[in-house]
Amino acid sequence: MLGQWTLDSKAQAPLGQSQDNWIPLTKDQVHDPRGPGLSELQDPGAGLFELPPHQSGNRVLWAKALDRGAISPRRSLTPNESSKVQVLDMDVLLDLRGSMAVVRFPHKIHTQWLACDNCHDALFKSKVGETKISMYNILQGEQCGLCHGSVAFPLTECSFCHSVERPAPKWRMSQ
Amino acid sequence: MKRWLIWVVLGMSLVSLSAQGEYGDVVLNRYADKAGVRPVVFPHWFHRLRFTCNVCHAEGGFKMRAGSNDITMGEIVDGKFCGMCHNGEIAWSAEFCHRCHSGRPGLAGGFYGSQDPSGPSGGGDFYQRRH
Repeated sequence: MLGQWTLDSKAQAPLGQSQDNWIPLTKDQVHDPRGPGLSELQDPGAGLFELPPHQSGNRVLWAKALDRGAISPRRSLTPNESSKVQVLDMDVLLDLRGSMAVVRFPHKIHTQWLACDNCHDALFKSKVGETKISMYNILQGEQCGLCHGSVAFPLTECSFCHSVERPAPKWRMSQ
Repeated sequence: MKRWLIWVVLGMSLVSLSAQGEYGDVVLNRYADKAGVRPVVFPHWFHRLRFTCNVCHAEGGFKMRAGSNDITMGEIVDGKFCGMCHNGEIAWSAEFCHRCHSGRPGLAGGFYGSQDPSGPSGGGDFYQRRH
């Protein structure tokens, strides 16, 4: 079961993960090991070890876990609200003039987790090009960095976002 | 002189790294220490396995920047914030104090195990106290 995740995973993760890859609550230095509640709580390893593996963040690929049905998180608490939550399948290409690979922003994955108003229009204007996005802001926890780096996959995974290669420079093509 | 300074900075960064936590863990300690209970540790990973982000961050009224939500036990018991689920119906009720109030006493609020998205604006008094 686990092998099927790893075979087509781009990430260089070990084949299958053991629960020991995560720090148990009693040793994470955040929880008080003397606290009476710890034995009643789930350890990260127990909850995460069967999900598609990755080497950073929570050590799992959350989007893939959701896409493959490895997890089925509840989308809403009230039935009325769930009809408002809609998946939008639209990619937006960003950073067209930089030197890194172009950013492909997939609305689909984001709207599988989030509602439109989580990002629009406070963090990002709905119209493409109206919001100036920069790595300076992102690295400081603004824009994409409000989630990426703290909860969503970390900012060390450049190629997850900068994923569309630019055409080779002209001097190279002429050779 | 400069070398000495580097060692001090390195040492300080090691001390701050000692509290690791899982990626996305948030410690809430605006009121807990003062009230004589352990600070709250909120594990994003645990909740993400069971709910999508919008449930808390759109329906539930949790603003996405850590520190920008003023959460009190009174509101939780009234069914707001954590109390939206932690009411004995969807998740365990607020009677199980020690399951949430499980952090090391004295821990500063904020993210552990991942970056703190305080942003250039600083994130309000929550961050003023920490940094």
